[in-house]
Amino acid sequence: MTSVTTTATSMGKVAKKNVWLSRSLILPALIFGILMTQIPFLVTIYFSLLNWNLLKPGEIGFAWFKNYVSVFTTGDLVPAIIATVGITASAVILSLLFGLLFAILLDRNFRGQALARTLVITPFLIMPAAASLIWKYSMFDTSIGVINWVTTSLGLPTIAWSTDFPLATVIIVLTWQFTPFFMLILLAGLQSQSREVLEAAGVDGAGVFRTFQWMTLPHLRQYIEISILLGSIMLLQVFDPVAIMTKGTGGTKTLAYLLFERAFIGLDVGQAAAYGVVTVVLTLIVATIALKTLFKVFMAGGNR
Amino acid sequence: MLFNKKLAAFGAMAAVSALALSGCSASTTDASAPVTLTLATVNNGQMKDMESLKGEFEAANPNIKVNFQVMEEGDLRSAVTADVANAAGQYDIVTIGAYEVPQWGANGWLTDLTPALEADKAYDVGDILPPIKTALSVDGKQYAVPFYGESSILMYNKEIMDAAKITIPAHPTWQQIADIAKKVNNKDHSGICMRGKPGWGDLFAPLTTVVQTFGGTWYDMNWDAKVNSPEFTQAVTFYKNLLDTAGEKDPVSYSFNECLTALKEAKTAMWVDASVAASMLEADDSPVKGKMAYAHAPVVKTKESGWLWSWNLAIPANTQHKDAATTFIKWATSKEYQQLVGTKLGWAKVPPGARTSTYSIPEYVDAAKAFAPITLEVMSAVNPAQPGVNPQPWVGIQYVAIPEFQDVGNQVAQLVADALAGRKTVKEALDAGQKIAQVAGDAHKTK
Repeated sequence: MTSVTTTATSMGKVAKKNVWLSRSLILPALIFGILMTQIPFLVTIYFSLLNWNLLKPGEIGFAWFKNYVSVFTTGDLVPAIIATVGITASAVILSLLFGLLFAILLDRNFRGQALARTLVITPFLIMPAAASLIWKYSMFDTSIGVINWVTTSLGLPTIAWSTDFPLATVIIVLTWQFTPFFMLILLAGLQSQSREVLEAAGVDGAGVFRTFQWMTLPHLRQYIEISILLGSIMLLQVFDPVAIMTKGTGGTKTLAYLLFERAFIGLDVGQAAAYGVVTVVLTLIVATIALKTLFKVFMAGGNR
Repeated sequence: MLFNKKLAAFGAMAAVSALALSGCSASTTDASAPVTLTLATVNNGQMKDMESLKGEFEAANPNIKVNFQVMEEGDLRSAVTADVANAAGQYDIVTIGAYEVPQWGANGWLTDLTPALEADKAYDVGDILPPIKTALSVDGKQYAVPFYGESSILMYNKEIMDAAKITIPAHPTWQQIADIAKKVNNKDHSGICMRGKPGWGDLFAPLTTVVQTFGGTWYDMNWDAKVNSPEFTQAVTFYKNLLDTAGEKDPVSYSFNECLTALKEAKTAMWVDASVAASMLEADDSPVKGKMAYAHAPVVKTKESGWLWSWNLAIPANTQHKDAATTFIKWATSKEYQQLVGTKLGWAKVPPGARTSTYSIPEYVDAAKAFAPITLEVMSAVNPAQPGVNPQPWVGIQYVAIPEFQDVGNQVAQLVADALAGRKTVKEALDAGQKIAQVAGDAHKTK
């Protein structure tokens, strides 16, 4: 940086002008970004300090931290955090395992490979609400669902998915939906692997599993990390299967669904805004820690 | 210099287009200009029929287009309440229940329809069923028109009952129905289907009527919650046992539409729910047409246990297209619309329980002879002022007419769902529900 300024004093003005130009080109996007994200957030903070229930238009007023007190005292927050973390973690791990499996299966040449790949990706392209409805009626339904048709054909009892296993219901749908996403990233990783190295390992007498454990997995490490990071960010907002299938019963009331309930069923704008602010703060803390540790991993990966 | 010229030209163009745009927006208030109405409605069969017939309305009123947004009951409630309460103005016509109309009317959120309805002699506002009209009015001002009205009745598959040699009386008790359900329950079909999906308008519509006929109530006259009272507990325990021994397997997934499908596919033998379902079971495309029979809702301590409900069309106070919206809702609830449904879709599909004259249309009476008499009978026999054993401080049967109830009902329904699944005992669920209900009750004590 210093060498640039000392050797190019005559170009300083031009460089500065260029910097100004490039900055000014970014400026509209930056201003737009700030307006779109920060103003709603400030408004949410303001709302969270109000006593504002839509059903009681006559009682709107400033309430200071009453809503925050209710967030921490009603006892809904901790179960919602546990539900969100549990559902996200389970779905991410299962999607990762299935994604890896499908990626390995698709990482070879065979007739109809393109077709198979498209079919495997399809669940990710379906709208989340539509996916939940498909699962609710065609898979889990006790009288017309495929799963229960299979279990009863095998002489097993009918399973009441939404009633008795709400957590598993939500996780299964999410895993089905997000496996293709993990698969796509891992497949890209597998296809970037050098064939010569694998052949050399084969010549040296390493079996399929040894090659996979010692060559492929270390190579895939950064792809696995990035897929976990992106997958977790998307899955943290899980809402559709909860709203459509379990209605928040049996430990499936995630933060997103709890917020929806407070805002659209309780119609308590102030309290919902307070939940929103608390969620943002919690996410920021978790994201900061997660990103810091992950970035360390990335740096170590650079040394590999 | 050139740049500035371009800028000036751009500015001028922007100004011109802004003027043109403002001209456009000004002209939309003109009655002759095309208007698109957005209608939010619930995904029940009668509403879908309305959507399929909207072409007739648009042909008769070439300047008005109607855009339907069909939602599930719970989604409709939250979307419409948020929109209307915020005066967001997304919808020109909303479909709302008998629970919301008087509360929203009193809040000034809905257009007063009284003058428009009374001015139109052909509409004949006096033909609307009196109990329903009363439920939709506040201080003599009518804030909504009923699209259809309903009570709840027992619907059952005659073939299954005949095969088991069982006759169901016209006024059964819950104990009789529980015994019959157990008898006819087998692996091909459940004995009974009852709503279990958590939600005050889902699970708690039938369950509240069961609670009332068992002698329980949500609140006593002092607005003290009675959710963990012995009668309430007894009723919920009965409901759980009924579902456990003879009900559908996955109650949390089941509400009106799921039970309707189950009965149509002969996957269940009996169902206590909205009387309007009978018209769908007797429709021409129904596989069980003519195989069904109907009885009064089962009772324990009261004489009747049916609910009273109507789905209504209302116009939010802040819509820009009041005249066009009024034209549409008058059309959809008119005598002519009923004729249109009858001739185009079949007489059994005529929306029931809204107009007295519906029950004197000869084709309808003939097509609906299986359920029309019992519907009218139950709807005139129920008492929304005191549906249970003891007096209550609100008017309404399967709900408590206070704004907090959808939140309270929802939360308690989730607790009851935990009890249905066996994750909590009924007592634990209702003890927790009592606390939630008491907070809402306390807010009404000063009144």
